[in-house]
Amino acid sequence: MPITAEFEYVRPRDMDEALHVFSLYKEKARALAGGTDLVVHLKEGAARPEVVVDIKSLPGLGGIAMKGGRLRIGALVTFAGLIESATVKAKFPVLWEAARTVASTGVRNRATLAGNICSAVPSADSAPALAVYGAEVLVLSLRGERRVPISEWFAGPKKTVLAPGEIVTAVELPLPAAKHGGCYMKLSRYEGEDLAQGGVAALAFADRTYRVAVCALGPVPRRCPAAEAALNGRKLDARSLAAAKTALLAEISPISDVRSSKEYRLHMAQVMLGRALESAVSRLFGKGPRYGEGNIA
Amino acid sequence: MKKHEISFTLNGEKVSLEVAPNDVLLDVLRGRLGIKSPKVGCDRGDCGTCTVLMNGRTMRSCLALAVEADGAEIVTLEGANTRKWTQRLQKKFHEKNAFQCGFCAPGVILSATELLEKDPRPSAHDIKEAIAGNLCRCTGYEPIVAAIDEAAKGK
Repeated sequence: MPITAEFEYVRPRDMDEALHVFSLYKEKARALAGGTDLVVHLKEGAARPEVVVDIKSLPGLGGIAMKGGRLRIGALVTFAGLIESATVKAKFPVLWEAARTVASTGVRNRATLAGNICSAVPSADSAPALAVYGAEVLVLSLRGERRVPISEWFAGPKKTVLAPGEIVTAVELPLPAAKHGGCYMKLSRYEGEDLAQGGVAALAFADRTYRVAVCALGPVPRRCPAAEAALNGRKLDARSLAAAKTALLAEISPISDVRSSKEYRLHMAQVMLGRALESAVSRLFGKGPRYGEGNIA
Repeated sequence: MKKHEISFTLNGEKVSLEVAPNDVLLDVLRGRLGIKSPKVGCDRGDCGTCTVLMNGRTMRSCLALAVEADGAEIVTLEGANTRKWTQRLQKKFHEKNAFQCGFCAPGVILSATELLEKDPRPSAHDIKEAIAGNLCRCTGYEPIVAAIDEAAKGK
């Protein structure tokens, strides 16, 4: 299907030049990295830019690097790049596990983590992992750089706080201070290439603190502080898990859509919370399924 | 719209042409370069029948602008027979009758080629995961998985 909308295409090699284009065209400029969402939006008319700015030749947007206790993931890093990174697998295994559930190989070879959070669909698989790790989004414009905590990034379905004239240059994750076990549990209609009907990420620490975040269970992916509070300081057992499930229900607001009903999502959110936490605690103690296994509900 | 002069390697040969910013790679391959193995299926990245290799990795040619191919190395099934695994896979697909209509086959074979180039001893699960993005609407998955498995094992 041809794209009927007309636009100009530029591929700047210099960040200053790129920022001037974004500054000049504002919301009429769209950044192109993997294109796996943008090209669909161009075909369907959901995006009508005057200029498409291919950012793949810009310096400084690639690479995964650990520095000063923080992992920097450049805006051009694809999901395949995350999966192939030994650092991501060893240090941020929940992000690694979530990356493996995104779409299919041919899409993961092109689709970027930064693009996933810029598209900001409620079912973004990367978002719960970024939320439990307390990621920050690095944003650049002619006015300078700013850092946005992932908890403040999503402004609504398919909406972020990225302002016209700005681009995402990287996502940074602080290494958790203590050893952790974790899990990203995804609910989908079949294994392989489906959007999440719901997703739950959990981290468990030896001091009995926990982190929980979800996607596809409300308008935006989010941390779940009430569920965490119900668990913190307690051993994971039937009582604490029941309290966490009750707390979780009060902080999620799923809808019914083509992929599942609201009622099914409310039920399965509790099931997945239990499974994610159990896996996270087992993995903390070196047991449980290997990362990347047994996490499709 | 300002047109762009692009050059890339297509199945080992250098091609140069002028494209508009809104030309899609798949449409240019099929409509202007006579490359018909990548098919127009869902046209939105779900079905995998437009799969080509760009710089050695499978990608959806329906989700790329043609202008993005500038400087790239693109291999379609027409040119993949120089790769170690492709011909072996095609032979196995033929033997196992792993096609019905054949519409998904070019994409499946390229996805399987990429898999075996990365991991020549995949598990059954690895094979299914590698072709999870290639939909076969004849529901012929079992002979497809068997063909890839046997190609890997050199049976």
